[in-house]
Amino acid sequence: MLPNKRGKFGPFGGRFVPETLMPALTELEEAYRRLRRDPGFRRELAWYLREYAGRPTPLYPARRLSEALGGHLRIYLKREDLLHTGAHKINNTLGQVLLARRMGKRRIIAETGAGQHGVATATAAALLGLECVVYMGAKDTVRQAMNVFRMELLGARVVPVKSGTQTLKDAINEAIRDWVTNVETTFYVIGSVVGPHPYPMMVRDFQSVIGRETRRQILKLEGRLPDMVIACVGGGSNAMGIFYPFVRDQVVKLVGVEAAGQGLESDRHSATLTVGEPGVLHGMLTYLLQDRVGQIKGAHSIAPGLDYPGVGPEHAFLRECGRAEYVAVDDEEALSAFRLLSETEGIIPALESAHAVAYLVKIADRLPRDTIVVVNLSGRGDKDVAAVRDYLSGKMA
Amino acid sequence: MTGAERVRQAIKEANRKGRAALIPYLCAWDPDLATTRALLWALAEAGASVVELGFPFSDPLADGPTIQAATQRALRHKPTLEEFLEFVAGLYAEGYPLPIVVMGYYNPFFRFGLERFAREAREAGLCGAIIPDLPLEEARPWLREARRRGLASIMLAAPTTPAERLERIAQVSTGFLYYVSVTGITGARERLPEDLVLRLDLCREVSPVPVAVGFGIARPEQVRMLAPHAEAIVVGSALVKIVEAEGSRSPEKVKRFVKDLVSATERS
Ligand SMILES: Cc1ncc(COP(=O)(O)O)c(C=O)c1O
Repeated sequence: MLPNKRGKFGPFGGRFVPETLMPALTELEEAYRRLRRDPGFRRELAWYLREYAGRPTPLYPARRLSEALGGHLRIYLKREDLLHTGAHKINNTLGQVLLARRMGKRRIIAETGAGQHGVATATAAALLGLECVVYMGAKDTVRQAMNVFRMELLGARVVPVKSGTQTLKDAINEAIRDWVTNVETTFYVIGSVVGPHPYPMMVRDFQSVIGRETRRQILKLEGRLPDMVIACVGGGSNAMGIFYPFVRDQVVKLVGVEAAGQGLESDRHSATLTVGEPGVLHGMLTYLLQDRVGQIKGAHSIAPGLDYPGVGPEHAFLRECGRAEYVAVDDEEALSAFRLLSETEGIIPALESAHAVAYLVKIADRLPRDTIVVVNLSGRGDKDVAAVRDYLSGKMA
Repeated sequence: MTGAERVRQAIKEANRKGRAALIPYLCAWDPDLATTRALLWALAEAGASVVELGFPFSDPLADGPTIQAATQRALRHKPTLEEFLEFVAGLYAEGYPLPIVVMGYYNPFFRFGLERFAREAREAGLCGAIIPDLPLEEARPWLREARRRGLASIMLAAPTTPAERLERIAQVSTGFLYYVSVTGITGARERLPEDLVLRLDLCREVSPVPVAVGFGIARPEQVRMLAPHAEAIVVGSALVKIVEAEGSRSPEKVKRFVKDLVSATERS
């Protein structure tokens, strides 16, 4: 069972945080380990996921996409885009915010990059009547102004972060600083399988509902396991969520798709596992984009949710032991897939999810007839249509 | 004498004179290395006991706005640990009198290699390290290398640390134990927690090494109040603010301010 007691996935993970937070992480871990076995808590979470968020989500056979790719594949889309708030993020925030309420914490904080996790946290906090503060890089508040307004509508306070690169990694720093200061009253809802133990484990568990449903659905539809599961990787939560229930099924190939941005040689990408190196950031030992000295580099992707210079430690481990494969597709490839899925299936995917689709497009020719492929469609593209329009009309360089 | 012993001796020396030792913090390369050198000499002339010299990191998550800004100024020079150690070695070649410990986040040391860092730190004369994102559970590899080279492995304890854990932290800390005064990040504060003195006294009871208190301490009155309750007192953001305002002209002002702080360390 991973992680071990110290939160390690092989050499990765752990708890590299200021001493002030150590007791809080122990408290959180104990509360989580107790509640995840508690039938009352499980029932409550399952109820909100079903009645409020819209689970289970369909496993949809994408016939026209299959045809467009040569007609020889059996492609399924796991429709996380149909969830309330438009992405898989709500699976995790409902879990964590319910946990916070059980722990008696009345104040919720979160970081957000694109705003998707911030919106999902603000939503869960509104639902349960808790105070919510969201840290967001000042640059991101401008790029994602609509999501800032959305969070405010939901009653959250959005704090622009002006330090460092003014993006997601700095928003996480600021959320950690808030937590260090207000640790007695505050619950920090992390948005991906990153951060100090127990977050990578806990967020994985909350997101694993994606993979459990997929497994059940594909066995019913096809009578066998899929040959391949593809998901995009930012921090890695939607990927970990769909991978985890298949990890022991060696016949299922697991593929994580990172953002190659403007190219892996360009220094304008987020391909942490593909070209990063091990290091310590945000409480975990994992692969990072960093310079020779160990200073963290900025990340880039056309998909704002992939724009992070780190990655969940369990992915680092799955890569190291060869159980999962990690690849990267660039902005242009993701955009083509974004259009292809819109035109063939009438589904506008999130730009993040379009990366997973793009990789399938890239390798489709090489796959044998009747290969069963599941693509995790982590979110919908409503949030991205304006940016894509600008990009296509050449306004965004 | 090992680095850890030098640090401990310097604190004892101040204590013997009826004072708490003053440990100023500065960020190296803020705003440039020549100023840092001048500042370090100013600290020595003003009567400080040990120097805590920051190695800047892109993501200083235990620091408030003042030290974050200093870090940003310093990072413009693209500093490396090689240069940091050369700088320290250069100071000691000039006869610099105070023990210096580095304060830095873990990743640069991890990248450099802990074995190599400890070995080269010792060669340079650096006396130890404070790594704020390396808690007890993760510290073992570093503690081993530090012990091997006689470097001070200065651990932190916080108001949230339970008593039993505090003892375990104190056991592995060498040079001194760094007690974080507030539940929070670095930065000058108007008021310190009311039970701080009480908690410091408890801390000193269990600690086999001297106890330094830091975070938020900015004024002579605060130093005077804490001096009887700690072997050493760390002042950081208040100094960094002077550097921020005065730049290369800051050493004179810093010297005067540190003199005032040192006078306030008398344990009457
Ligand atoms: C739709 C969608 N997919 C994927 C991600 C990337 O996160 P993760 O890798 O944790 O799934 C995001 C993040 O904002 C997202 O909004």
